Amino acid sequence: MLLSSLLNALPGAVAQGLIWGIMAIGVYITFRVLDIADLSVDGTMCTGAAVCVMMVQSGKNVWIAMLIAVAAGLLVGLATGIFHTAFGIPAILAGILTQLALWGVNLKIMGKANQPFSRGSEILITLKHVRGVPFYQNPIFIVAIFAALLILLLYFFFGTELGSSIRATGCNENMAKAQGINTNLNKVLGLMISNAIVAFSSALLSQYQGFCDINMGKGAIVIGLAACIIGEAIFGKIFKNFGLSLVAVAFGAVIYFIVLQVVIWLGVDTDLLKLFQALVVALFLAFPYWKKKYFTKPKSVYAAKEVK
Amino acid sequence: MLEIRNVYKTFNVGTVNEKTALKGVSLTLEDGDFVTVIGGNGAGKSTMLNAIAGVWPVDEGQIIIDGEDVTKLPEYKRAAYLGRVFQDPMNGTAATMEIQENLALAKRRGKKRRVFAMGITKAEKEEYKNLLATLGLGLETRMTSKVGLLSGGQRQAITLLMASLQKPKLLLLDEHTAALDPKTAAKVLDTTDRIVNKEKLTTIMITHNMKDAIAHGNRLIMMMDGHIILDIKGEEKKRLTVEDLLHKFEEVSGEEFANDKAILG
Repeated sequence: MLLSSLLNALPGAVAQGLIWGIMAIGVYITFRVLDIADLSVDGTMCTGAAVCVMMVQSGKNVWIAMLIAVAAGLLVGLATGIFHTAFGIPAILAGILTQLALWGVNLKIMGKANQPFSRGSEILITLKHVRGVPFYQNPIFIVAIFAALLILLLYFFFGTELGSSIRATGCNENMAKAQGINTNLNKVLGLMISNAIVAFSSALLSQYQGFCDINMGKGAIVIGLAACIIGEAIFGKIFKNFGLSLVAVAFGAVIYFIVLQVVIWLGVDTDLLKLFQALVVALFLAFPYWKKKYFTKPKSVYAAKEVK
Repeated sequence: MLEIRNVYKTFNVGTVNEKTALKGVSLTLEDGDFVTVIGGNGAGKSTMLNAIAGVWPVDEGQIIIDGEDVTKLPEYKRAAYLGRVFQDPMNGTAATMEIQENLALAKRRGKKRRVFAMGITKAEKEEYKNLLATLGLGLETRMTSKVGLLSGGQRQAITLLMASLQKPKLLLLDEHTAALDPKTAAKVLDTTDRIVNKEKLTTIMITHNMKDAIAHGNRLIMMMDGHIILDIKGEEKKRLTVEDLLHKFEEVSGEEFANDKAILG
């Protein structure tokens, strides 16, 4: 339990946190913007990596590999979106179906349960570069740039006509339809964007850890939700605008991984980590509900109808 | 402007809750008509508006707006022709979005939502500021407030503005003042009259309140049990009183009007 061992582990936790922060931004798009809990991301978090590793193994440029990984993410979102809108399956179940289907797809992409990057592959980030290299090679720096660019892009997109209409779809579907918005199309688009972001994060994670594993997406949705909720709980009061709330989500993921690192450092049985993860997220999800149920006076819109 | 031809709608077919809400409703509206609709609970008033708006497909019949048969169009496509305000103030606006963003969404009703066009432009903000000022609610200084922070009356006023921002061929008001206190309701009704008159909108307004139904519009219809049982227009509508209306109702239906709220409210 040396403090120095914890400090040594921190840069790695931050790098991982940022990579998962990008994933969590994808989850935020569905969970908060569209008001859908999309469980397909558990599969997508492996699909992006699988595509990236296999493309690089076959000699493709890593940027091309990541682009194709993102395209794979778009397809995953499209599948879930079609299950949900055209087949009329509830969103949660649609996500679970896609996730299940992806298990097989991911195995087929990789050919077996895990695949490493071959030695000497030209990849963008690696955990070996967490310290002792110029800052521009450091994964923390590189991923932070990616995250910042992504947030800028999303901030711009959700301010456009199409982006605004996607936000309206998630906020009040009745209103969106009455304003002539094709809500089914928007849900599919939102799911595609979300899964593309998750696949991008997945491709980064595979490079960071040097391999892709069929299990790497297991519980991803929980980590994504945790990051969203922690980010909102800590920064929600100051970061109100849309772009800043995405920053808060990324920070939320970093905090999550630092806390996780501390828990490991404290000597908690790592077999039980997933149990703790689930409980922590359950509690964070419960807080707003309990607060509303037990600590506020009932107040409806009908009670507050005075017009000045 | 609007033609409803022999529309039927039954809900929960084949279950114990089966209910035929519209039994061959036909109605033709002239350009600029302002029709008020009254009738008891379950008479089919809201069902008729929802049939026009395309919330679900009708079982039989046709709905024609300005010469175009829209019977098969989905709700979001019909929205191009329709302005709508709902009974629940929560329903008409996006609570987590700003006042100006809500208006901007409504401004683009019936148009393609583009990727390379901003959701709201500077010129629009100026326009909305002036429009909000006409409501007299002080909202012009709160353009970036989230709509969820506003009162029910304020939200209904904004929804009215949204419904008329892109001039609709038909304005559908579904008891839009029923959830408000009397004072606020009167204010929202004034705003309704002002907007309808200024834009010369063809309007259907459902209300529970006979006095309102008589005081507003140039035509009044009463519904009962999925039928239109009364249709009063022109000079007759202008001279109409609550007593007349009750009398007529008894004549047509053969029973007494048993809805205190509608008589007294």
